[in-house]
Amino acid sequence: MREFFQRRGKFRPHTADEDRADQQIPENLWVKCPRCGDLLYSKELERNDRVCPKCGYHLRLRARQRIALLTDVGTFREWDADLRPEDPLHFVDASGPYAAKLRATQAKTGEVEALVTGEATLDGRALALAVADFDFLGASMGSVFGEKLVRAAERCAERGLPLVTVNSSGGARMHEGLLSLMQMAKTVAAFARLGRAGVPHLSLLVDPCYGGVTASYATIGDVIIAEPGALIGFAGPRVIEQITKQKLPEGFQTAEFLLDHGMIDLIVPRPELRQTLATLLDHYAHSTRGLPQPAVPDHPEPVLAVAAEVAGG
Amino acid sequence: MAEPPVEPTSAPAGPDPNGAEPAALSAWDRVRIARHPERPHALDYVAALTNDFVELHGDRAFGDDRALIGGLARMGGRTVMVIGHQKGENTRENIDRNFGMARPEGYRKADRLLRHAGKFGFPVVTFIDTPGAEPNIGSEERGQGTAIAESLVMMANLRVPSVAVVVGEGGSGGALAIGVADRIVMLENAVYAVASPEACAAILWKDAGRAPEAAETMRITARELADLGIVDAIVPEPRPAHERPREVIEATGKVVNALLDDLVASYPIDDYPGVERLREARYQKFRRIGAWRTAEQQSTGLPDDGLL
Repeated sequence: MREFFQRRGKFRPHTADEDRADQQIPENLWVKCPRCGDLLYSKELERNDRVCPKCGYHLRLRARQRIALLTDVGTFREWDADLRPEDPLHFVDASGPYAAKLRATQAKTGEVEALVTGEATLDGRALALAVADFDFLGASMGSVFGEKLVRAAERCAERGLPLVTVNSSGGARMHEGLLSLMQMAKTVAAFARLGRAGVPHLSLLVDPCYGGVTASYATIGDVIIAEPGALIGFAGPRVIEQITKQKLPEGFQTAEFLLDHGMIDLIVPRPELRQTLATLLDHYAHSTRGLPQPAVPDHPEPVLAVAAEVAGG
Repeated sequence: MAEPPVEPTSAPAGPDPNGAEPAALSAWDRVRIARHPERPHALDYVAALTNDFVELHGDRAFGDDRALIGGLARMGGRTVMVIGHQKGENTRENIDRNFGMARPEGYRKADRLLRHAGKFGFPVVTFIDTPGAEPNIGSEERGQGTAIAESLVMMANLRVPSVAVVVGEGGSGGALAIGVADRIVMLENAVYAVASPEACAAILWKDAGRAPEAAETMRITARELADLGIVDAIVPEPRPAHERPREVIEATGKVVNALLDDLVASYPIDDYPGVERLREARYQKFRRIGAWRTAEQQSTGLPDDGLL
């Protein structure tokens, strides 16, 4: 199996910062491929779904770009766009208050949170999507991320609508403390109910996907798909190197590594994603499960509401 | 802050810890107490609180993880499935127990034992005490994330009542993997965090040495987590558990047994509707955890400048 990796060219780790710094010269006209280093004309890159035409490297997509890629034009209806993050811990770190960081991130990204959910069609097939946006605080999973995902899963269970999640994350959002960790429990519980309702959850892992997202709803999909070369794991490579002093093997935590170890079903290149999802959705449309669906409950108030009123009043 | 949502029927949390020991300990003090090598660990609780413990080993797929133990025991007049992270008291023991850092086979053993408990209707008691799931090459190869996720699913779907007790260090996803319970108990000096204070300080302060500051900011103590609506009951430690292990273990046993009595009485699981009620209550418990608002609602944490 080792030569399997070698054919794809040598893995070169990079950070999101490097991506941004390297790619945007000059003025977004030309983009440098993070892997082969070639300068690519950005319009050509966009036409190619941000896959490097030279080496096949899959550059990251923003959430809205991903939705455009996977849905029919004009069919996406966003859900719960009015949910806003809070700063329940009044968290302040070396770079300042979380509240200020949230506002700056919202202004920079044009998104209010790191997850976009909604429904659309894919070549006429109805589906729901939950797409993480890595540019928003590393698509870390906080309270709103969890709440949107749970509401999406509840709606899908009620309506029998297949749910496609597109997962990329640095892990649980530290600024919301243990509330973030608990989103793992909360989302998994909702996906378990979705499963009991017989509704499929297709999980697409894209670069990079780590921590609490990898250790919760993203790895319990009925089908788990990854994009070529995506880095996917629980612990980050630097953490592992620091703690264990082990030298990481070539290709460690790539989609190909996960496929090799039996952790995912498929690796699908971006240009083939629509067709693969469509084919899978057609199979599930023939599901013989006809269980009664649980009613979608009214959205409960967060337990923090009372405490927050006191704190805010 | 509002009163923590302690169940009216649950065991008394004991005298107010703030009254007994007036806020003398910082969050970082509690981190150090929680990590004290002589603090009672899972098997100490099992030995003191249960009879007829039969340890069950192995994940039936790869191996037996000695960092995560489990088995059947008699506790408070009923047979329960006990699962816990196991740390050692010294370096030799800790190497044997991998410092309480479970591997995928540990979480798959937990998954198997949880299924076993459901099959026979045994309530589940878990003891959480881990720095986190093991971060290394082998664990990644064997699907650490997937193993934790599957254990979470199993706990969320469990058809029997469950109580999780954070007895020492509740470290991130590796802790939560056995923590999706109907009732969450914390010892007064236990801590429970999304990431270790050192890791958080290294990432957000760019300096692991500022862990004490991070610990304070992260709200990781029992009282703070009760205020956030996560922890249901707190076991007081008038003296830290490593100084008075017998007393603290006994107090923990009383709280757990009272919570189990209540759960068993409130959710009879001898028929399917009973099981569904239990699952629904558990679902709603976690469903409500978090902080969010709609665009129209007055922000409490963020000044609303109409930006988005």
